This record gives sequence, structure tokens and C-alpha cells, in this order.
Amino acid sequence: MADFNMTKNKYTMSVRDPSDRCSDFREVTLGYDEEAAISEAKRCIRCKTRPCVSGCPVGVDIPEFLSLVADGKFEEAYEVISGSNPLPAVTGRVCPQETQCEGKCTRGIKGEPVAIGCLERFVADYHREHGANVQEKPSPNGHRIAVVGSGPSGLACAGDLARLGYSVTLFEALHLAGGVLVYGIPEFRLPKDIVAFEIGRLRDLGVEVVTDAAVGRSVTVEELMGEFAFEAVYLATGAGLPRFMHIKGENSIGVFSANEYLTRINLMKAYTEGAATPVFPAKKVAVVGGGNVAMDAARCARRMGAEVTVVYRRGERELPARREEIGHAKEEGIIFRFLTNPVEILADETNAVCGLRCVEMKLGEEDASGRARPVAVEGSDFVLEADCVIMALGTSPNPLLARTMTGLKCGPHGEIVADETGRTSLQGVFAGGDAVTGSATVILAMGAGKRAAKSIDEYIRSK
Amino acid sequence: MHKILEKKKLAEGIIYMLFEAPMAARRARAGQFVILRVDEEGERIPLTIADSDAAAGTVAVIFQSVGATTMTLAEKEAGDTIADLLGPLGNPTETEGAKSVAVVGGGVGCAIAYPVAKAFARQGASVTSIIGARTKDLVILQEGFQAVSHRLYVTTDDGTMGEKGNVCIPLRRMLEAGERFDRVFTVGPLPMMKYVAEATRPYSIKTIASMNPIMVDGTGMCGCCRVTVGGEMKFACVDGPDFDAHLIDFDEAMGRLKTYSAFEKHARERHCNLFHKEVK
Repeated sequence: MADFNMTKNKYTMSVRDPSDRCSDFREVTLGYDEEAAISEAKRCIRCKTRPCVSGCPVGVDIPEFLSLVADGKFEEAYEVISGSNPLPAVTGRVCPQETQCEGKCTRGIKGEPVAIGCLERFVADYHREHGANVQEKPSPNGHRIAVVGSGPSGLACAGDLARLGYSVTLFEALHLAGGVLVYGIPEFRLPKDIVAFEIGRLRDLGVEVVTDAAVGRSVTVEELMGEFAFEAVYLATGAGLPRFMHIKGENSIGVFSANEYLTRINLMKAYTEGAATPVFPAKKVAVVGGGNVAMDAARCARRMGAEVTVVYRRGERELPARREEIGHAKEEGIIFRFLTNPVEILADETNAVCGLRCVEMKLGEEDASGRARPVAVEGSDFVLEADCVIMALGTSPNPLLARTMTGLKCGPHGEIVADETGRTSLQGVFAGGDAVTGSATVILAMGAGKRAAKSIDEYIRSK
Repeated sequence: MHKILEKKKLAEGIIYMLFEAPMAARRARAGQFVILRVDEEGERIPLTIADSDAAAGTVAVIFQSVGATTMTLAEKEAGDTIADLLGPLGNPTETEGAKSVAVVGGGVGCAIAYPVAKAFARQGASVTSIIGARTKDLVILQEGFQAVSHRLYVTTDDGTMGEKGNVCIPLRRMLEAGERFDRVFTVGPLPMMKYVAEATRPYSIKTIASMNPIMVDGTGMCGCCRVTVGGEMKFACVDGPDFDAHLIDFDEAMGRLKTYSAFEKHARERHCNLFHKEVK
């Protein structure tokens, strides 16, 4: 069946019109239909080197699933993906495919790469709507494991352990499970029904989900392994601590961390009419940063009716956000000020934000991260008018849990020290995801959760 | 879901509520707080723990119904349930080693001052309590304070009970008379705590204020509760809520509390209108 589709460009997924989508929080991209999916999957030429697989942090057998999609065998394709990726409906939407699978695709050399992300999303959505979704509950092996944190890493680890027969309890500090998938990533990029569906599947597998439990405060890890008789614990507490710039005026009224702004909107549904949780009524918002979180905050503020400017200290090429989000943000009328760095937040006599003093930057030599270091251009100060500033500068591991544990080795930024398999300095305590690496991606956190599940299984068996 | 086991009206608009909350009760200490949501659409609000019983699995809070959420909570009765209760959060108040302390509470802040006074008394400190309210009918927990305090002073703004004026008057008088405490703990409205800090500053008495800023998650994630202490940014939820009162930027904190005042006013009015409709 060498019936390949040699079209140079990928099949464009339909997207809602910017003028329409800016007034609500419904999903922006609409996905492929079956015909489009089959046609796009046929663009994969089954090259021998399979570079896409090496580009995937969890090693999904991409050519195999694409070949099944090309044959219209969508459920079989789902089986292939879900063997190595427990949340394909999520990663299909949020993975930075251009630097992973698609970035390595052979078709990308002359033309556009195969739209692997869109196809992954299609297969997962197809399965959610048409699949049997009956999961056989494995017979229990009698061992109890606690997973702390219900973000991508915790979900991946809990799922794999449950499938191996472990009795898994998943602890979440917030009132809703899902971690960054529910408090951080907006509805218009990742519908919350999808996250709820995936957590429902975990419950079907027998995973007990305990919300409103701040491990470290409500119950310590020592207590979990003592009186609560868990034989191992996986710490997947993420990188939730927001960073600030520590510039003058940062505590003025109208300055928010992206975490706060997004949590109010996504988790607390502050965008809905009559919501109990307030969101700051801003007219001119400046978002500082250039990652996915900055794009999310900017696009949320746009939907709340504000004029939004993204202020980023490097150039457009250096923006770390997914290309798709940058494109969507631009279509939605978000203004970008590249090579611009805030130096002071200006406030009026009531201490409310009235502007952002910035300097222009130029790119200098490469820094430790291999990116050009931005340097301030002397005398280039100017004031950007704004009544709200959102800081999207990245996050650090949340120190709450580590502070309450003795003997858990942590790094200089509060990150938990763990090896490749998730082992920490304490016996029976494993860790992974952003809590170990600092803020990274959903897929890397999931990969760490899967590896930890494997090593927890080995640890229990060898006991 | 958390069941309300008991509800008492302590004063006009000030309510005591006891919840079934075994997870929050197990490790709760004086000075810590909980975050609760009344219903599935509810806002997350922090309330300080007024009392807890690990064996019974219960946590009590005392709150003033001033906002839409506390007004909704105030309408609940014993036997009803609320959607969520997370805790204990924040660091417990440090009581170790203190021999002579003054506990200064204002308004509904007395609900927080009382368990702290009790904790100080329990570890052997001589406790001088000063509690203040606008008027006689708003004075709460007087008997409780009486039981755990070596001395108790009551002040009211209008002089209807105890001494007329604010809590700083008896505090300043004692300090001027040469009385020395090795610690002062204060909780209440921000301007009051600021004045308490100013009263003790000339005497270099270690003074701790319990901050109650706006919060969302209460676990260090949102940064909404940031307070400037000694020029450094601190998060009240994980670094506090207790801080050195001589180092807190109270003026900034007062400004930050007003962030959502327009929304809150609107929500309160909407709530009152809805409530009136239901009553009709």
C-alpha cells in the first residue's frame, strides 16, 4: 500500500475565526475529520530512519500509528499511541511538536512535516467519542503506592502503576485534579472535559483521587509511609512557585503572576458570568515573558476584553512558546514588543498600576542556555501604558513539601534531586516531572512519571 | 464534602462554625489557616483556624460575614455541607520559649488571637490579652480570653465596654510604665497592627503580626498573598502568615487588600438582592 500523499504542505486543521473566538473561551482549533486525517497520515513515507520516534520524549511508535490512521484503523492507532503516552488528547494539543517529532520529520526537509500532533489529537478524540472505553481492572497485587500531585507526571505514574495491579492513591492540594492541565492551560487550548475524562479513566482503573490534601501540611510523607502504610511515594508536585522580576512597583495593585491570573480564570472560571471569583478588570495589559504561559495569559486577557501587549526581552526568533500559540496570539490582535525589558512598574497615588517603564535590548553573546544574552541599550527608556501587568517569567519547584521533609536532597533552586529512574535520597521515595527538572513540558513530566512507575514496580518486587 | 457540625452566632455578623474535617484537623496548630469553598461554583477563601480537635476530626472557624462568600457561608446551618476544606496551611505561630507575652486582637481578629493566647498559656507563658472591638456587642470570646490570660483588657471605640479607644492605649500605657514583654502577638485590621508595631518599636520588643491577605490556592502557587517584609517579597501562605511586625510594609498591604474592592462591592450587592428575593 505505497499510496503516499506527496503534497508538500500539511493539511490545515480548521481554526475558529479570530473575531469570533476572542469573545469566548471555547476551543480555538477544531481538529481533523476522518477524511483529512487519512489523507494527512498518508504523507508519512515510512522512512527507515524514523527520526520522529527519536524526537518523541516518550518514544511513541509514530510511523506505526500513522500507518494505521492511513488505513482508517483509528482504534488500533489509539492502542499504539496509548501504549507509550497515556494522555494523547492532551499532548496532541500542547506538545511543542515543532521541536520534537515534527521537527525531525523527513518530509520537513522539502516542505512541511507530517502533522503528527494534529493526528495524535484526532486519534485520541476519535477514541474518546467512539471507543469502547472499557478498561479491565487489573487484579490487585496488594501493594499500596501514594502519588503526590495530579498533574501530567502524577497522572502518568498513577495510571501505569494501577495497570500493574497496584492500589494507588493520588493526592491533590487543589479542589480539582489535573494540576497545570486544569489551573494553567486555558479551556480554549485544552478543554477541561478532556482532563476530567482522563481522570475518570484513572478512577475506573481503581485509582483513588483525594483532593484538598496538601501533602506536607495535611499529612506528611513520613506519615504516608508510616501509619498510612504506603510502600512507596511518588512526588510529582510540579514547579508551581511563580517568579517575579523584583523591580520597583511589583506589588502595586494590578500586578499578577501568570499563575494567579490563569488560576482565577481557568480553575476558578472567573470568566463566566456571575462567577464568585474575581478577575482584575484591566483595559491595557502588559504580559512579561515569551513562553506558552505568557501566550496563555495574553490570550485570556484578550478574551476578558483588554488590549494586550507581550513584552519580551529577546527577539521573535527566540520566543520559547509553541509556534501555533504565537500565531494564534497574533491573529487575535495581541501586540508583541520584542527586545524590550521592564525596569519599573509605575503606579498612581492609589498604588494602582499606570504604566511599565521599559528599556530596549539588543542581543549579545550566547549565555549558558545557548541563547543570545540580551543587553540593555543605554538611554532607551520609554513608558508603556498599562493598568495591569502579568508576570510570566517561569516558575520554580514548590518548596512546600520539601521543607516539611527531613533527608530529602534538594538542589539550589528547591528542585528535588532524583536520578533517571526517579529515585531520591530517601528509600521508597521517588520524584519526577517539573519538581525535579524545573518548569518543562507536559510530555517530559509524563515521561518521568512512566519511568518512575517502572522503577517503583522494580523496587517493590525486589523488597 | 464537609459537614457543618455546629453553628453559633458570637455577635452581630460574627459566626462560629465547626466542620467535620479529619484531614485538616490531624495536624492543625494555632496560627494556621484553612481554605474553603462553600459550593461547587464557590470562591476559595482563607479562614484562620479558631480551634481544632484531631481525635474528633473537627476544625472550627470564626468569620465575619462581610463579603459575598462569607455571607453565603453564614446562611448555612448545622447539618449542611460545604464543598471543600483544605488545611492546615501556613506555619503555626511560634510560642516556644516565651515567658511573658501580650496578645493583641482587634475585631474578628480576636478569633485568631484566642487560640494563640491559649497556646502561649499552655506552654507556661504569662499572657496579657488586649482585645478590642467597635462596640460592646461586637466583643467576642471574652470568657475564653479570661480563662487563659493572666490579665485581660477590653477596649471599645465607643466606650460601651471596657476602656474607650483602641487596643494601643492600654498597650502603650503598660510599656510606658516600664512593663516589658518578651513577645507581642497581634492580629486584626491592618491599621491596628501597624499601630501596635509602632507602639512596641521604641522598646525593641519582638512583635509578630498575623497577616490575612487575599489568597487563591494557599500553597505558594499564585503569589497573590505577597507581602513585603524587610524589603523582601514573602508569600503569606507558605512563608507566613506570621511575620515580624516591625519589618512589614503595612501601607502596601492595605493597598493590596483593595485590589478587588469594586468586584466585591458588586458581588455583595448582588448577593443581598438575591437573598432579599428569596426571603420575599
